[in-house]
Amino acid sequence: MTRDRTLARTGSYVVLTLLAVAMVFPFFWMVLTSLKDATEIFQLRLFPTDPSLDNYAHILLGKGARFPIWFVNSMIVAIATTSSVLFFDSLIGYTLAKFTFPGKKLIFLLIISTLMIPTEMLVIPWYALSRAMKWGNTYWGIMFPGMISAFGVFLMRQFMSTLPDDLIDAARIDGRSEFSIFLFVALPLVTPALATLAIFNFVGNWNAFLWPLIVASKPKMFTIPVGLANFSGEAGSDWHLIMTGATVAMVPLVIVFLLFQKQIIRGIAMTGLKG
Amino acid sequence: MTLAKKRAMTAYAFLLIPLVFFIAVRFGPMLYMMGRSLTDWSLLRKTNLFLGIANFAAVFSDPAFTAAMVNTLRYALVGAPVVIALSLAIALLLNGITRGKGLYRLIYVLPYITPIVAVSWVWRWIFQTPPLGLANGILGALGLPAQEFLNSPNSALYSILGVNIWVELGYCVTIFLAGIQTVPTDCLEAARIDGASERKVLSRIILPLLVPITFFLAIMQGIQFLRIFTPVYNMSSQAMGGPLNSTKSAALYIYQTAFTKFEMGKAAAASIILFALIMAVTLIQVRFFDKKTNY
Repeated sequence: MTRDRTLARTGSYVVLTLLAVAMVFPFFWMVLTSLKDATEIFQLRLFPTDPSLDNYAHILLGKGARFPIWFVNSMIVAIATTSSVLFFDSLIGYTLAKFTFPGKKLIFLLIISTLMIPTEMLVIPWYALSRAMKWGNTYWGIMFPGMISAFGVFLMRQFMSTLPDDLIDAARIDGRSEFSIFLFVALPLVTPALATLAIFNFVGNWNAFLWPLIVASKPKMFTIPVGLANFSGEAGSDWHLIMTGATVAMVPLVIVFLLFQKQIIRGIAMTGLKG
Repeated sequence: MTLAKKRAMTAYAFLLIPLVFFIAVRFGPMLYMMGRSLTDWSLLRKTNLFLGIANFAAVFSDPAFTAAMVNTLRYALVGAPVVIALSLAIALLLNGITRGKGLYRLIYVLPYITPIVAVSWVWRWIFQTPPLGLANGILGALGLPAQEFLNSPNSALYSILGVNIWVELGYCVTIFLAGIQTVPTDCLEAARIDGASERKVLSRIILPLLVPITFFLAIMQGIQFLRIFTPVYNMSSQAMGGPLNSTKSAALYIYQTAFTKFEMGKAAAASIILFALIMAVTLIQVRFFDKKTNY
């Protein structure tokens, strides 16, 4: 019996480790390729014989290198939309959790039902709107569809409803305005939820592809994923450069991932457990 | 003004901008597009001729669309069940070990949070023909025949699907693991004290309690695979969904119709069909979900 168990446990570790290798190895291969030169990629050798950062210098500092601009564009878009989502989603969540007013349920349902509308369907009218408003190739054009997130409203409402009403009433008696109660009393109490929402939104915006691909047609307005797709499509068989670009696109996310692993895991688990 | 009325006015003031947003950026565009799908909408010329259902008829008689729909169903009907079965098995294995659980889970989530564009190109590189591609290099070293992967209409779709499964796996494992951890431990212990075998504990207690999460994931993953776009765009040559349309998804078809052919009316019609499919999947599963999951 115990022997069976040890055997089963060893078996589990073997399977899980093999899987872990399968999950990580492509990333290793990507980084290793980025350290090779144009001739070495044709030889299937795992490690570069003469590892160098030339490829990074080429795509980041070389003449006409666009990766730095794309990187900055992605940063601007991801940070601005995430700030907006944090503010509005928590305000909506707070209002829906802590106020009573006619039409509350309807408004909540209306917002939540937008989760069912797929982006693939909305990009066509959004594009028409951007053309009419001349938002093409602007940061606002890239950002406007993501300024408020319905999923975040759902999340923040859950968290805001756990706050004690007495606390809010006490602040009202102290003569604070409703908005300052939200900002200085309610918001500080839900920082864990805010952190989770911020990370998810940042990651989602950094990785977003379809809409930025459509709305940004000038290379100087590309975000990193659009830039990488474009660059790779034109790079032909310069796989060492493509892998360098892919590594550059991943770096901020790997940092975010390592810094906030707990929040990320918790955030994913939360989406599955219906808040 | 009474206090209640004053508070209600505050609430409306707080919700004003968000409501304008959801109407102007979600509902409005959707309704506008539904209307325009009945016209000869094009961005190249200023016409607005009412066509009735001609766009829908044109979409349905387009062989590229039929191919894209069949591919999309293939992505969803193969992808979602495989990713759910695999991730459940992995979550159960992970739950059974004591050391390194967190580390394994962390490693599995890595592909999920990295940009799909980057990941797609990494896999495209791995799938290259010999002597470039690592996958064929490994097959060769093992004495197995080389595979075409992305170059053959027979294997390209499944190569892309495999990558997407690889991406989604960590997400599903994490959710299943969180679900397993909500199973009350006293329940499990009581069963074990009563002499239930581990297999019985699994099949009679843990798995039934995971049914709601499994349905939730089935909906989410089903929709995810129906909407597949980025890996197809980046892993097929010239972003065309080839070879021979064998990997083209509905989302890619819509993108091409709208933004390379500028046939907006037709693209709008196609996107409404995809939307209807997604809604149908959601509603069927939600009904199933309500009936089967009351514990």
